[in-house]
Amino acid sequence: MIKNDNIKITTNDLCVFYDEKQALFDVNISINEKETTALIGPSGCGKSTLLRCFNRMNDTIENCVVKGNINIDNANVNNPEIDVVQLRTKIGMVFQKPNPFPKSIFDNVAYGPKIHGMAKNKLELEEIVEKSLKQAGLWSEVKDRLSQPGTSLSGGQQQRLCIARAIAVRPEIILMDEPCSALDPIATANIEELMDELKKEFTIIIVTHNMQQAARVSKNTAFFHLGKLIELGPTDQIFTNPKLEKTQDYITGRYG
Amino acid sequence: MNRILSKNQNIENSTNKRHRKEKRFKSLCLGAVIVAILFLIILLSSLAYKGLSGFTKTTIQIPIYFNEEIIDPENTRDIAVINKASFRKIFKQSLLQKFPEAKDNRKMYRNISKIFSRGSTYLLKNMVLDDISLIGKTINVDLISSSTIDQLRKNNINIKVPESDRPVSDATLKIYDQLNTEGVIKKRLNFSFFKYGDSRNPEEAGILGALLGSMFTLIITLLLSFPIGVLTAIYLEEFAPKNKFTYFIEININNLAAVPSIVFGLLGLAIFLNFFGLPRSVPLTGGLVLTLMTLPTVIISSRASLKAVPPTIREAALGLGASKLQAVFNHVVPSAAPGMFTGTIIGMARALGETAPLLLMGMVAFIVEVPTSIFDPATVLPAQIYLWADSPERGFVEKTSAAIIVLVLFLIIMNSLAIWLRRKFEVRW
Repeated sequence: MIKNDNIKITTNDLCVFYDEKQALFDVNISINEKETTALIGPSGCGKSTLLRCFNRMNDTIENCVVKGNINIDNANVNNPEIDVVQLRTKIGMVFQKPNPFPKSIFDNVAYGPKIHGMAKNKLELEEIVEKSLKQAGLWSEVKDRLSQPGTSLSGGQQQRLCIARAIAVRPEIILMDEPCSALDPIATANIEELMDELKKEFTIIIVTHNMQQAARVSKNTAFFHLGKLIELGPTDQIFTNPKLEKTQDYITGRYG
Repeated sequence: MNRILSKNQNIENSTNKRHRKEKRFKSLCLGAVIVAILFLIILLSSLAYKGLSGFTKTTIQIPIYFNEEIIDPENTRDIAVINKASFRKIFKQSLLQKFPEAKDNRKMYRNISKIFSRGSTYLLKNMVLDDISLIGKTINVDLISSSTIDQLRKNNINIKVPESDRPVSDATLKIYDQLNTEGVIKKRLNFSFFKYGDSRNPEEAGILGALLGSMFTLIITLLLSFPIGVLTAIYLEEFAPKNKFTYFIEININNLAAVPSIVFGLLGLAIFLNFFGLPRSVPLTGGLVLTLMTLPTVIISSRASLKAVPPTIREAALGLGASKLQAVFNHVVPSAAPGMFTGTIIGMARALGETAPLLLMGMVAFIVEVPTSIFDPATVLPAQIYLWADSPERGFVEKTSAAIIVLVLFLIIMNSLAIWLRRKFEVRW
């Protein structure tokens, strides 16, 4: 099993329903702080649903019901009294398809700090933007054209812009929902490199279809199948010596 | 087709067939476009042909003696005295000066006075009121001709038919020819068409009253239908729970868009005039009725443009910790704005051309006064066109076309505005 000394997130019998259909069954998972955890499994296994539970994005889906506890820093975020706006400043998210706002590169990164009042003046805001873009490895590419629309960048740059936008709010956790599935291998390599940097400061949870990617970037891996958490363990163990046959079958490509 | 490429005779046959089908379809489409353009050209050229002359008028220069004996015998220069003076006498005296042969010939004098507009005496009075020093002087004045003479100059009257079949008598024609050889008959741009309201006399009728009436009405419609429509759309699309009740509202709004406009007129008559007792014939109530009619269009187009905003933008904003309101107003609405503007302006353009509901609000009426506010009785451009088209005088025919040109220009300006707004705010994904 994985070491349990610095747990950031745990779930307690987490079940998710879309109307009648149950998408997650009694998931109990723990995620460590400042490490990268990969969620893998075949399509429709509920890994994205789980990811969206952490920052309550499932609230926006009308017919979605979440039951059970999600404890982040010992607070149950599935409590209706939790303010989702505050929660989401603590948990950033990067989506499958790069989705920059149709605004300038600067405004894309500055939006989060602006709405949360994180900068007292323009100078501070500029500092935050620069720092975030540097951290996302995009600064050198865009520093001369910050006023150009974010949508004018290439796919990989757009995704890094989205990462910069997420980390500009200084979250503690970053959720990534297949962040590289729309990117070419070079852009993917850039993002993976970036994730390696980011994990020093942030807790990262990544959903991926690409098992090589999971093996490369994550410290721990959770394998899901049909809404159930099948196996959770250190990545090298999951990929080389899984405990369960189901995991073995998926990893060796027998189904998925 | 290339025999070498195709592996199979059947495929070759079917591709040939498919290509022919495509060609047929393309030429059909092209034909439709050509027909549409032809109709447009016919419409515009017939409007221009009939209407452009409506923007000119005919003037006849006559020396006018502003006789002090008649205007202000006591030399008071008091406006009240001048106002009371008989400028008809001034007019008659000057005409008789010009045509001494008509002095004892009543019939001839009538024929002569008929070539001038009936408003000539008012023109003379206003000249004196503007400049008192004219009193006692003789001045060459360009008097507006009567509509018949105007039509005669524009060759709209066939003078070859027998005298009894045409509006101008031989005697009038003779005087006209005489004046024409003198070179005092001139063609001028009819600026007063844009300066005055309606009139019984075609040569004096102007469009300003209807133009301002349309503008006031449209301002009311815009000020009400844009915010109400857009906020309704935002609420229904972004905030309202998706249940049977909102579905019911949605269906009703869609149905309202298809309701004939006269029904909205009846509704407005019952509610605004009879129940709330608002004044009739004024742009305020007209605008209220047109708001009822325009709202469904604005709501539907605004909802469509909100729907077209990719949901990933909402998720991106929410994921950053934006509240629902911030996500909607900072990102979704700006992206949807061009569509909202376009929809609103299309609705407004429809409202601009609407007559039926205004008929019931008393706005299809003969109103001479130019409205100065939304509480003044007014008519609107399409109603003015209808009224003029309904008038028997020959002079109103070109006025009708001229008014249509003004309406079409108004529409073109509004639509260009819509295109400009869309371009300006368009977001490329």
